[in-house]
Amino acid sequence: MRMGFSANLLVDLQQMLQYQFMQHAFEAGTLVAIVAGIVGYFVVLRRSSFAAHALSHIGFAGAAGAVLLGVSPVIGLLAFTTVGGTGMTVLGPRASHRDVQIGTVLAFMLGLGVLFISLYTGYATEAYSILFGEILGISATDVLVTAIAALVIMCVVAFVYRPLLFASLDEDVAEAKGLHMHMLGVVFMLLVALATSIAVQVVGVLLIFSLMVTPAAIAQQLAKRPWHAVVLSVIIALFATWIGLSVAFYEPYPVSFFITTIVFVLYLLVRFLQPRINPIRARKTALQSAQAALS
Amino acid sequence: MKTARQVEVAATVEPAIVTGKDVVAGYPDKVVWRGATFNLNRGELVAVIGPNGAGKTTLFRLLLGLQQPISGTIKIFDETPKRGNPRIGYVPQRHVIDSETNIECLELVHLASCGHQWGFHLSAKAGRQAALKALHAVGAADLAPKSLNALSGGELQRVFLAEALVSDPDILLLDEPLSNLDIRRAQELVQLVDRVVRSRNVTALLVAHDINPLLPYLNKVVYIANGKVATGTPREVLTSERLSELYDTHVEVIHDSRGNVAIIGIEDHHGDE
Repeated sequence: MRMGFSANLLVDLQQMLQYQFMQHAFEAGTLVAIVAGIVGYFVVLRRSSFAAHALSHIGFAGAAGAVLLGVSPVIGLLAFTTVGGTGMTVLGPRASHRDVQIGTVLAFMLGLGVLFISLYTGYATEAYSILFGEILGISATDVLVTAIAALVIMCVVAFVYRPLLFASLDEDVAEAKGLHMHMLGVVFMLLVALATSIAVQVVGVLLIFSLMVTPAAIAQQLAKRPWHAVVLSVIIALFATWIGLSVAFYEPYPVSFFITTIVFVLYLLVRFLQPRINPIRARKTALQSAQAALS
Repeated sequence: MKTARQVEVAATVEPAIVTGKDVVAGYPDKVVWRGATFNLNRGELVAVIGPNGAGKTTLFRLLLGLQQPISGTIKIFDETPKRGNPRIGYVPQRHVIDSETNIECLELVHLASCGHQWGFHLSAKAGRQAALKALHAVGAADLAPKSLNALSGGELQRVFLAEALVSDPDILLLDEPLSNLDIRRAQELVQLVDRVVRSRNVTALLVAHDINPLLPYLNKVVYIANGKVATGTPREVLTSERLSELYDTHVEVIHDSRGNVAIIGIEDHHGDE
């Protein structure tokens, strides 16, 4: 039974959170949005969105395998993406030359996923929820796994933040400064693997871009300092997830549809409006600095 | 003025800070060049010249400790080169910054001073101040808040130079900073490098295709060609005899009335990489 949406947002929120599945959805969704926003910034900065995309597909094989074995899909996701992510970095040492290797692994993993799905004789909804996300069906254990993964990701990012940023922005100088590119590459891929694994629960394998790439891409357009961009990226991912969940509670359509739509609209707005706003702002600051120089 | 400067440098008794002795460089299966012996002193501006693929960048990789010589010895401050030497500032050969990289210049320069540190750091005020100082030193303080993708080629090279200077190095390695710059911008950048070298008393090695914009400022030339290396003052190296010997073929060095040189008899001197 669905309840009506009222003008009092607090009442609406209370109404939603009466249900345990909504509580779990909000908990997992919040954690995933935070983590995807952070890791996504590095994905965009390093131009590794193809790798993130591929990892989610590798995760599809893992999740399908886990379903086949009767364990939680998130376990299979974690296992496959970590191995796959490490494998991809080992196969191709430099970030810019990895397309072919990644594509090769990706195709094989999708094939494996298809095999597992066909072997699995249960409901087809399992495959559907892996592909497109099923956050409303998340269990308390999944929330716990998500929380642990999110905590690990945040600790690791806090530790490698500056070297990873430097290596992503200026690989040659960072290497000359003594940073170990290969190790940072592996750490980065493991972060993406972990983040992808938990994000799949919310938006699914096929829509991973909507949380891992688009919010960060929007943030990068708007903020010139990495730290600001990371925060903004998290805010956008959180906004999309919360609004998506809330709307989906009242409307009979999938959460992942609303999340992808929200970030897409934001992306379009920023993409097309920002170039028109920026010149005005630039002129303003030029005027201000001229005035400051005169006074 | 040039000769006065050279006399002054020669008069200092401080030992050479970069030395090479019979260095053979390359990979186990392929020697790039051999027989390099050089001494570079503090406060010298050194041009590294040679055709494409002659191994100019290889020399930098050796000095940065990214590659080991096949034989011979290289010493920087009497130590074998090692990766992450804070006494070296490096500007790699880079032509473009991705047009999507919307990050302010100050941040890049700042990262060059703290990017090797692990962990998190909430207040970056001192570091950003140092980065601003480095930008100021190259006359680019006004670029600090600008996004990297909004800069021109000349502005970008200044920012890269600031990035190399922020750790206050003794040696600067600049790999093709003049490529992609028009003559005027190239001239400005050379003057800037010269100013930095003199004011900070650092030693700068600058890889270039064309030696002429550099000639008025140079103390030494490292000429790499044909698997061999010739080092000395421009007057010593840029002669028909030395270059003919280096290339194993007849090469003529012609001087014009303004002191520019033209090197005749070799192909691919002005190629673009």
